Amino acid sequence: MTTLEAAERRAKRTVKETPAEKRDLRLSRALLWPALVVSLVLTQIPFLVTIYYSLQSWNLLRPADQEFVWFANYVTVFTGGDFIPSLISTVVITGTSVVLSVLFGLGIALLLDRKFHGQALARTLLITPFLVMPAAAALIWKWSILDANVGVLNWALGLVGIPEISWNTDLPLVTIIMVLTWQYTPFMMLIILAGLQSQSGEVLEAASVDGAGPIRTFVSMTLPHLRQYIEIAALLGSIMLLQVFDPIAIMTRGTGGTKTLSYLLYERAFVGLEVGEAAAYGVVTVIVTIIVASVALRTLFQIFATDGDK
Amino acid sequence: MRTSPTRRRVALLGIATASVLVLSACAGAGGSGGGDSGGKVTLTLATVNNPQMKDMESLKDSFEKDNPDITIKFVQMEENDLRDSVTKDVATQGGQYDVVTVGSYEVPIWAGNDWLSDLTSLAGDDDDYDVDDLMPPIREALTVDDSLYAVPFYGESSFLMYNKDMFAAAGITMPDNPTWDEVASYAKQLKTADTAGICLRGKPGWGELFAPLTTVVQTFGGNWYNEDWEAEVDSPEFTEATQFYIDLVKEAGQPDPVSSGFTECLNLFSQGNAAMWYDATSAAGSLEDAASPVAGKVGYVHAPVKETAESGWLWSWNLAIPKTSKHQDAAWTFVSWATSKEYQQLVGTELGWSRVPPGARQSTYELPEYQEAASAFAGITNDVMNSVNPEQPGVDPQPWVGIQYVTIPEFQDIGNQVSQDLADVFAGRSELAGVLKSGQELAQKAGDKQK
Amino acid sequence: MTAQTETRPSVPATETRAPAARKRRRSMAHRGRGAVLTLVTWIIVVLFFFPVAWMVFTAFKTEAAAATNPPVFITALSFDNFVGVFNRDIGPYLVNSIIASVASTLIVLLLAVPAAYALSIRPIKKVQDALFFFISTRFMPVAAGIIPIYLVLKSIGALDNITALSLLYVGINLPIAVWMMRSFFSEVPIEIVEASQIDGANFRVELTRVVLPIVAPGIAAVALICFIFAWNEYFLANLLTASAARTTPPFLGSFVDGRGQFLAILSAASTVAVLPVVAAGWIAQKQLVRGLAMGAIK
Repeated sequence: MTTLEAAERRAKRTVKETPAEKRDLRLSRALLWPALVVSLVLTQIPFLVTIYYSLQSWNLLRPADQEFVWFANYVTVFTGGDFIPSLISTVVITGTSVVLSVLFGLGIALLLDRKFHGQALARTLLITPFLVMPAAAALIWKWSILDANVGVLNWALGLVGIPEISWNTDLPLVTIIMVLTWQYTPFMMLIILAGLQSQSGEVLEAASVDGAGPIRTFVSMTLPHLRQYIEIAALLGSIMLLQVFDPIAIMTRGTGGTKTLSYLLYERAFVGLEVGEAAAYGVVTVIVTIIVASVALRTLFQIFATDGDK
Repeated sequence: MRTSPTRRRVALLGIATASVLVLSACAGAGGSGGGDSGGKVTLTLATVNNPQMKDMESLKDSFEKDNPDITIKFVQMEENDLRDSVTKDVATQGGQYDVVTVGSYEVPIWAGNDWLSDLTSLAGDDDDYDVDDLMPPIREALTVDDSLYAVPFYGESSFLMYNKDMFAAAGITMPDNPTWDEVASYAKQLKTADTAGICLRGKPGWGELFAPLTTVVQTFGGNWYNEDWEAEVDSPEFTEATQFYIDLVKEAGQPDPVSSGFTECLNLFSQGNAAMWYDATSAAGSLEDAASPVAGKVGYVHAPVKETAESGWLWSWNLAIPKTSKHQDAAWTFVSWATSKEYQQLVGTELGWSRVPPGARQSTYELPEYQEAASAFAGITNDVMNSVNPEQPGVDPQPWVGIQYVTIPEFQDIGNQVSQDLADVFAGRSELAGVLKSGQELAQKAGDKQK
Repeated sequence: MTAQTETRPSVPATETRAPAARKRRRSMAHRGRGAVLTLVTWIIVVLFFFPVAWMVFTAFKTEAAAATNPPVFITALSFDNFVGVFNRDIGPYLVNSIIASVASTLIVLLLAVPAAYALSIRPIKKVQDALFFFISTRFMPVAAGIIPIYLVLKSIGALDNITALSLLYVGINLPIAVWMMRSFFSEVPIEIVEASQIDGANFRVELTRVVLPIVAPGIAAVALICFIFAWNEYFLANLLTASAARTTPPFLGSFVDGRGQFLAILSAASTVAVLPVVAAGWIAQKQLVRGLAMGAIK
C-alpha cells in the first residue's frame, strides 16, 4: 500500500498518539518548517505591503495626491464594471486551455506510449513549445504564423482555398487559446505519459487475456489510474495559466474578451498608473481564487480527498 | 546515478553553498551602473530599440574615446517595457537610470512633478550646442514654464506615403495637399484582392491607433477636450472622424487591423501590398533603404486634411536626466553629445547620411550631404515638421500643448481603453456610438481633474 | 493509487498453438495499424514543433526575407543575425540567468524535499491546510504586487540585484515544487519505509538510503521544471533589474523595434536564449518521464 493509504488509515484512528508518535510529529514539523517560513517571508510580506497600498489612492504621475482612502479602491473594483468581464475572460481562457491541453496531452501521451522508431526524438521535439520563452513564442506566433500579411498559417490556409483570417481582429479568443494550448499541451503530455508508463504491464496484459478490448481496458483501468496524474497536471497548469500575460499583451492587447485578470491588473498598474487600485484588484483576485480553489479542490480533486487530516 | 546517495547529497550541498556565496558576493554579472572607481563614471541609459538608437549604440565607442572617464551602459527595451520600467523608477525615485529616453508626452508631466533636471542653462549657455537650432515645435513641447527639461534625439511628424507605380498604373495623380475624401476615393479605387488601398494603424494603444486617429479627428473639426476641459469624445465631429477612419479601413484597408501598428504596415507597404500608408515621417528612412523593395518608388505628401490646413502629428524621443542621477555632469556630457551637430556629422560619415537622426535640429536639413542622401523625403519632412502647431492643431483652441495626445497623466489610460473598445467596432462586435459614449465618461472624469 | 499486483495463472498450453497463418495475419494488421499510428504521431510532432522550427529558420534569414508575403522557404541564409545578437553582448545576461535559475532551483530543492517528506511519508497533522497555503501564494497576479515588491526592495537597497531576484524566484517556484515532490513521495511504498524503521534506521538514513534513491528521478523532474520557470521569467526580471542583474528574457525583449523590422534578429536571439533550456530538456526528458513514473515500484 502507498503512504497515502497508510495516512488515511492513520487518520481514522481514534486512539491517542503514543510518545513515539509525538516525537515523529515534532520531526515532521521540523522538516516542514524551513519551507513554510521561507514561503511566508517571500510571499506574505509582499502581500501585506500590497494590502497596505490597496488602501491608498496613488497615481504614479500625481504623487502629490497620494492619500489613504481606506476601501474606496475596493468599491471601484466592484462597481467599476471591469472585474466581472475580466473574471469571465480568465475563466474562459484558463478553463478552455486547460481542458484542451489535457485532452491533447492525453491523446499524444497515448500515441507516445508505444514503441516506434525515433520515439525519443519525437518526445523531445514535442516538449519544445513548453521550453521556449513565452514572450518569444508569442512574438513568433504573432509575426511569423498568424500575421494576416506574412504569416505562414494564412498562407497555408490559402493553399487549400480558405480565405485569409484576421486572427487578432475577428478571432481574439481563439487566437489566445490556440497559443496557450500549444504551449501547455507538452506539459500535460509529460505528466500523463509518466502516469501511463507507471501502469503495471502485467495488469494490462492480464486484462487483454481476460478478453477486454483496448477501449474497455482504457476506460476501466487506465483512466482511473491516470486520474491522479491528470489532476496534478490540470491543477498546476491552471495555476500557471492564471498568470498568463504575454500572448495577450503581444497579440490581442486585451480586446475581444481576452482581458484576463492578470492583463487587467497590468493595465491598472502600468497604463492607468494607479498603484492602489491595482493592488486592490490583486487582493480581490486572491480572495476569489481562494474561494474557487477551496471548492474545486475539495470536491473535484482526489488528491485532496484522500489525505489524512485529523 | 552511479555515485552513492550521501556523496551526491554532499555534492549538492556544496553547490548550493557555493551558489549562495556567489549570490551574496555579487549583485549581478552585468556590471552595476553608477560605479565610481577612481574617477571613472558609468552611466546607465534606458532607451528604446529604434533604428536611430541602434545607431547611437554603435557609435558609443566614439563618445567613450573622447570622454575616457565615462562609460555608457545601454539598456534597450521594447517601448512598453521602457515606459513601465522608467516611469516606475522615476516616480518612486528608484535612481536606476542616469539618462532616460522619454517621449514628448511624458516630459511636461514629469517636469511638472519635478522629476527631471532642468537643462535650460546647461543647453543655453553652450554656444556650440546651439539650443536655438532645435526644431521650434519640438522644443516648445519640451519646455515647461520657460524651462527646458529634455532635448530631442530625433523627431517625427506624419505624412502620407504612396506607391508611385501603383498610382501611375491607375492613372491617378496625388495632389500635394490631399484631403481625406480624396484619399478615401483613391484607396477604394486601388484596393484589390491582395493589395490594400491604404494601410492605417488599428492596434489598440494611446500611441498606436490614436496617434493617426486623433489627427484625423482634429482635422475633421473635433478634439478630445474643448478649451474648458469639457470632453468632446461623443461630439458629432469626433464620431464622424472615427466612423470615417473605421469605414475606410474596413472597405479599403489592410486585413486584421487590430494587429496593425507601425511595423506591420511597414512590412505591408514595403512589400508593395498597400497603395498608401499614413504614418510617421521616420518611416521614410526604412522605405528608402537599399534593402527595401520599394526604394525610389515612394511618393510623400502632406498629411491629408479636411478642415485644417495641416494635420501632421508631432513626436520626439528625447533624452532627459532624472534628478535622482548621481552623475548629473557626466550625464549632460553624454546627452549633449548625442543631440549635437557633431553627432549628426558623425552618423553621416560613419553610417551613411540618410541615417542622420531626423526631425530634431533645423540644421540637419541644411546639410548638403543629408539633402542629397535623403532627397526623397528630407524636404517634405522639414516642411511638415515646421508647419505643425502643437498649441492648436485642430479647428478650435485647446488647453494643452500636444497634437496626437492630451498632455495629462490620465490620457494613457483613456486612449488605451477607448482604442481597445474601438477594436470591437473594427470587428463588428460593437456599435461606435456606445464606445464613444463610454469614452466620453472616462475622458470627462479626467477632464474634471484639470479644471 | 495502487495497481493490483495479482498473479495470473499461466496461459493454457492449448492457446500457444495458434495457427501460424492466423498469427501472421493478425500481426500484419497490427503492423498496418501501427504504421498508421506512427504516421499520425509524427504529423502531430511536426505540427507542434513547427513554430519552433520556423523560429530557428527565420534566425538565418535577412530581415526583408523574414517578413514576406508569401513566406519564403528557400532563401540565402547567413549568421549575420547571430553576430548581431552577440554584438549586443549577450554574455552577462546569460550568466545572470544561469545564476538566478540554478541558485533558485537548488534552494527550492533543499526546502521542498523535506517539506514533501513532512506532507506524505511522515505527515504532520494538517497536510491539506499546508498544501493549500502553499498553492495560495500563487494566486495573486504578479502585476498587482510588483510595485509594492519594488518599493520593498528599494527600501532595502536590493534593486538590480541578482540575489534578490533569485530569492523571489524561490518564492514563486517553491509551491509548485512542494506539490509535485509530495506526489512522488506519496508513491513510495510504506512497507519499505516501515521496514527501514524497524531495522533501526534513524531518519537521516531513512531519507538518504531508502527514500531518496527511489524519488531521485522525481527530484530531477521538479528541478528541471523549476529551472525552466526561473529561466523564462520575464516580468519581475524586467522591472526589478536595470543593468547589473538583467537576465536573458528582458534582453530578448530589447530586440523588438518600434520603427523597423526585427523578426529575424529576434528569432536569432530567441534561439540562442532557448538553447540551454532545450538542451537541458532534451537530455533530461528521459529522466523526466521516468522520474514522474514513480508508481512503477509496487
